[in-house]
Formats: sequence, structure tokens, C-alpha cells
Amino acid sequence: MRGHQCKLDIKNGCIDLSHGSGGRAMAQLISGLFHEAFGNEWLARGNDQSAFDVGGGRMVMTTDGYVVSPLFFPGGNIGSLAVHGTVNDIAMAGARPLYLSASFIIEEGFRFSHLKMIAESMGEAARSAGVHIITGDTKVVERGKADGLFISTAGVGVVPDGLDLSAENARVGDRVLISGTLGDHGIAIMSKRQNLAFETDVMSDSASLHDLVVKMVEAGGHGIRLMRDPTRGGLAATLNEIAQQSDLGFRLQEEAIPVKPDVAAACELLGLDPLHVANEGKLVAIVSPEVADAVLAAMRAHPLGCDAAEIGEAIADDHHFVQMATSFGGGCIVDWLSGEQLPRIC
Amino acid sequence: MKYVDEFRDKEIALGLAKAIRAEVDLARPYRFMEFCGGHTHTVSRYGLEDMLPNNVRMIHGPGCPVCVLPAGRIDMAIHLAMRPEVILCVYGDLMRVPGSQGASLLKAKARGADVRMVYSTIDAIRIAEENPAREVVFFAIGFETTTPPTAIMIRLAEKKHLSNFSVFCNHVLTPPAMQNILESSDIRNIGGVEIDGFIGPAHVSVIIGTTPYEFIAEEFGKPIVITGFEPLDMMQAILMLVRQVNEHRHEVENQYRRAVIRDGNLRAKEEVSTVFELRDRFEWRGLGRVPYGGLRLKPAYTKYDAELRFGMRELCVADDPACECGAILRGIKKPVDCKLFGTVCTPVTPMGSCMVSSEGACAAHWTYGRFRDHQQRPVS
Amino acid sequence: MCLAIPAAVTKILPDEMAVVSIDGVSKEISIALIEDLAVGDYVIIHVGYALTKIDPEEARRTLDLLRELSAE
Repeated sequence: MRGHQCKLDIKNGCIDLSHGSGGRAMAQLISGLFHEAFGNEWLARGNDQSAFDVGGGRMVMTTDGYVVSPLFFPGGNIGSLAVHGTVNDIAMAGARPLYLSASFIIEEGFRFSHLKMIAESMGEAARSAGVHIITGDTKVVERGKADGLFISTAGVGVVPDGLDLSAENARVGDRVLISGTLGDHGIAIMSKRQNLAFETDVMSDSASLHDLVVKMVEAGGHGIRLMRDPTRGGLAATLNEIAQQSDLGFRLQEEAIPVKPDVAAACELLGLDPLHVANEGKLVAIVSPEVADAVLAAMRAHPLGCDAAEIGEAIADDHHFVQMATSFGGGCIVDWLSGEQLPRIC
Repeated sequence: MKYVDEFRDKEIALGLAKAIRAEVDLARPYRFMEFCGGHTHTVSRYGLEDMLPNNVRMIHGPGCPVCVLPAGRIDMAIHLAMRPEVILCVYGDLMRVPGSQGASLLKAKARGADVRMVYSTIDAIRIAEENPAREVVFFAIGFETTTPPTAIMIRLAEKKHLSNFSVFCNHVLTPPAMQNILESSDIRNIGGVEIDGFIGPAHVSVIIGTTPYEFIAEEFGKPIVITGFEPLDMMQAILMLVRQVNEHRHEVENQYRRAVIRDGNLRAKEEVSTVFELRDRFEWRGLGRVPYGGLRLKPAYTKYDAELRFGMRELCVADDPACECGAILRGIKKPVDCKLFGTVCTPVTPMGSCMVSSEGACAAHWTYGRFRDHQQRPVS
Repeated sequence: MCLAIPAAVTKILPDEMAVVSIDGVSKEISIALIEDLAVGDYVIIHVGYALTKIDPEEARRTLDLLRELSAE
């Protein structure tokens, strides 16, 4: 691109409506900020789409929107989260993630310096996950019509031959594995919300899980029935969803479920249940009892699975309940969250 | 967590369960009402029922201020919040509580009302200071525990000469509601109440002490044990109640001694009595009008009363006639005895007070306990 | 209920405020309802206010009693 009058003033400048108008300012933003951060051969060609080769195997495709508030949080920001979330949705099929798209809806007045930080962490997250952001879109909306920045993504990946992870594969007696501690992301986000304001060192667990998945598939093969990442609604929502889809129930052991002490404390303070709080770098795997130990060992050998645990098993249950033996000695149901997760006084 | 984890110890719990089994008289039932929603939550969340003998039954009382708030009061708050000059500050619990025809503050917010969730009354004061051109109203709700923070806030508003601040007062009182459960006129219609003892409030008692319950123990001959909210606290209290019943005693005993003293928190009580006075009657959802069951601002503080400032009209909304909350709250029926339970009435679409908050009897049974409806309880 | 949890006082602030900590989570609260508070005391907090001090001696006695009842 030639003919730009001056460089973007990243330090002091901000988005105005011209950056979404299709003119020179937009081209300057895309080349000066996004291409710089994502830098790859597909974007460099400057087409409205990107052509790519895929090897053999079945393709998977996913799409997701990111509207997190605040945009920056301990352990990440909306950019890295968008890449991790999309990569994980692909990886949960056992697929190798390949290419992503990213669409930005930016509010007028959003600072270039913040956009640059976000784009750079997206580029960084993509590079370390071995995926490429090969096409994108930028729109600017008037002040007050967006909460700073929204990102929506799509992603594609390829599933190795013969691997078919799906809820209907689950059987009675299958084991439930979790890759680490629950609730870190949700609590890290809530600690930064103005109306809750509490201090904690809890960081978001936001991370790309595809490499962990590869190691698990190596260890467990077809013994792995399915995997899910327990994001919004937490582990409770994910297991209830799987129970419905697989026509089974689950019985969990509360003592086995890993939760960090400060996450547990924040949950007590706000009246929340860690099983309902969001995660962005954890997965749940339902695996056959024969491979459970091997898969668990493979998870624990990986940096993103060092706190992995077996937390329960699939049982026959026409009502599809997720039951839990409490660490106190009784039993209860782990239900879906009803409505929005709101801090309680009672 | 210190003072939390020790009171959730499984080994001690198993020993206590054994002690309770050893002391109950299998020839008689023990029907204990836990008044507080916090205790209901503990019973359900930790699965206490599984650890108690079959003839010890917990009845879930009305002790959740969100559940007992009548739908009409929510409607009044929604009308207020729709006024363009008003910022309504509420605790998170209130956002989803249903008013009439499925209305809620969450839905009012979606329609443009400026409803803000606060964690503390301190936040409401801050919002009033930051928005001098708007009218900031705090939706005050809660039992004796939550009233002192409202009193402190009103006195602070006075000190700061905040003229754009007021309170929509819905504070209610525990002892009159306990009395109402035992002797209201409704009992003639729905049958006698069979309660052998009360698990008394934990944090309410931190403020008011143990004396306000003495008349209930004396006049109604019911044992009461003031009890902490941790599961071991409850196991110990159940054992204490079993012993009182066996020994034909009816006293107020204090299990929660680490936080409750006989006279309560004098400073907090003084703050409350400076600002608030009794209402003759206040409607409790599920219980009806409870004599002296609520509080209002004293004459010296009525300038902070949102009901007067905005001329708020009292609204009454009848509950669904099929709703059995009144009988469930008094222990006469169980949630599953109600035709609405789990059909049209679930935590997502609550019809009656017991389903409104996660601490209501029906919501707790739905959320944590309904698997027991499909299985035989093991005979212990 | 009235959701309230025990927290340790880590700092006394002006205007009857204090910082409390629960297992690595800290929060600023009002101590206007309590007299004679010192760093290290445990308080029960509810909607951002300390309701009372926890009596460590009574807590120990309750725990001792619980163990005793449990061992019978």
C-alpha cells in the first residue's frame, strides 16, 4: 500500500468513524496494525478471502463471538481469549486447528494503543498455537454502540482419520477427567468488575489446549469418547449438556474436583459455586475405564494438565442427573445455573 | 478457610451422624424447621438428609428475604426504576425475582431502566455522589442482618447532605414470622403445624442476640437452637434439638457461640433503632400479612423514604391459587406435593416464593435434591 | 440466609473502614458496626460490613465439643 500521509499515532490516537469507512484510513489501520500483529503470507496478499490447502481427513469448523468485560484482565485480554477459545472449540473434536478468521467491531474513540496490544496478543496466541489468522474484517460503530471492542472469529481444523469424538459415544462406567482447577477465568474477570472490586492473584486460565489434546489422543486413542471445554456455565453446564446428549447420568466425587483456595474463597464471598464459574483453558474428557489411567497420566505430564484429576463416572440414569457425593458425606445434584450468574447477599 | 473448613469435616460429620442415630427414639418423628434459607442451602448443598435417620425430617422455613418479598413490591420497584431520573441500586439477588406477569428488574433494565447491581450500601452512596443530577434509590431488603448497613448508609447520607438519595425499605423481622408460622389464622385453613423444634437463625442472631426467641420457646413450647451455617454446626444443632425433645425441654440454646452472644451487637441494634421503626403489618410472600413483620423509616428520616418521595402506590399481586408455598413454608406440605413444582414452576420460571431464590424450599429441592424423588431412601 | 463469611482483618483504614482477607482474596469493608478491632482479628462480613468479631476461644470450644460428640 502506498500513499499514506503519515503513520498511525499508536500512542495518542484513537479510532474514529473513518477507520471503518472503507477508505484510506481503514486500509492504513489494517496494514499498520493488524497485518503487523498477525503477519502471514495469506494476509500479505491483501485479498478479500484466503485460499488454503488442507490435507486428508475430515474438516471441522467453528465460530464464536467475544464480548468480555473488562477487555484486559489478569492473565490475558479479549484478543488472546478469542484465539484460545476458537482453537479450543476445534481441538475438542480432536482436530488440529489450522486457520482462523477475525472480525472486529470497534467503538468510535477506542484507543489505538489498546487495539495494538490486543492485536499483538492475538498474533502471539496464534503463533504459539501454530494457527494463522488468514482473513478478517473491521467495522467501526458510533460511540455508545459497542463496549469498546467486540471480536468474532471462525476457525477450521482437520480431524485425524478414524477419530470421532462425540457425546453419543459415552457409555455407563466411563470416567470423567478434568484437566485442572475450576473457576480461575470467571473469578479473575469478576475481580476486575467495578461493582465487585476485590483483590486477588487469581489469573485467567485462558490457553490453547490443542497440544494437550494431541497427547491425550496418543495415550487414549478410541478410548476417548468426547471432550468439551467448560466455558460459560462451568463444569455443571458442560456435564448436564453431555448427560442429555448421551442419555446418561454422572456421579461426581466433590473431594476429587480441583479448585484453587483463592477461587474457593472468592466464590464464598460472592455466593457462587465454582462448578458454575467459567473456564477458558480447561477441558473435560469422558474416557473408557480401560484408558482412564493412561490418559490421566498423559494429561498430568503436560504443563496445561498438571492438576488434572479423575472426578467421577457415567451412570445409567433416565433423568440425566449429574449427582455428586459431597466432601461432607451426603449427596446432591449439580444442576445447570438458572439464569445469569449474579453475586448473592442471601 | 479458617472458621469454615474445620466446620465441614467429613470424619467428625460421620461421628455426629452416628451420635444422632444413637439418641433418636425410633418410635417418634422429629420434625425440625430450619427457619433460615442459609440453613436450607446447607442441608441441600451438603446432602445432610442422607446422613440423618429417616424419622428426623428437616422442614424448610421462610427465612429468605428475597423469597418472601411480595411480587407487588417488585412491581413497585419496577415502576420506580422506569422513571427516567431514577437510578435504582439493588443487591444481585433481586435482579431475577419475578413481579407480576413475569416482570423482573433484569427485564426492566433491558427495557431501559437504570438498574445497577451493588455489593454493598457503600456503593449506593458512591453512585449518588457521582450522579448529583439523578435520583439514586437503594432497594433495601433483608432480615435483621442486612438492616444495620442500611441504617448506617442513611445516617451517612444525612451527614453528607445527599439530597438525591433515598431508600425503598423492605426490611423484615424474623421473630414475628416464626410466631406467624405457629399461630396465624391460615393454619385453620391448611391444617395444624407439626414442628418439634427450630434451627434458629445464624447471622440474624449475631445482630439481635438470642433473647428475642425466648417467648417462642416459652409460649409455644418449642425448642430453638441458634445455629451457624456450616454443615457441622447444623449436625450439632440437630443433636441438641433431639436431646431437648427427648428430655421434654423447650429452651433457646446457642450452638453458634463463636459469633452470637445473648444480647447481640448493641452498636448495630442502636443504629437500627435510631433510623427504623416497626410497621404495623408487612406482607410476606407465602405467609400473608405478618403483624409487626417489617420496618419503615422513623419520622426524622422520612425524607429518605422513597415511597413518600415518589408517592409510590402500594401494589398487591395475588400468587397463583394453585401455589402451595403457604403450606410448604409451614412444613405441612413438601415441594413435590405442589402441582406446580417442576412443571410450570422451576427456578427459571418461578411461580411462588419458595422457588424464587436458590434458598427457597422448592428451589433448593429442585436444584440439589430432586434425585431423591426417584430413589428409595436407604433405611439406616 | 444472610450470606456472610469469616475473614481476617489485615489493615485498619480511616473512616471506620478496613481491609480483610480470606485465603488470598482481599476486600475493603466497613467496620462501623464493631468496636475495638485489631489487625489479626477475624470478623464475619456481610454485604461489605463486619457484623461481629469471631471469638476464637468459643470457636475452639465448639470444635472440641464436636470432636467429643463425634467420638462417643
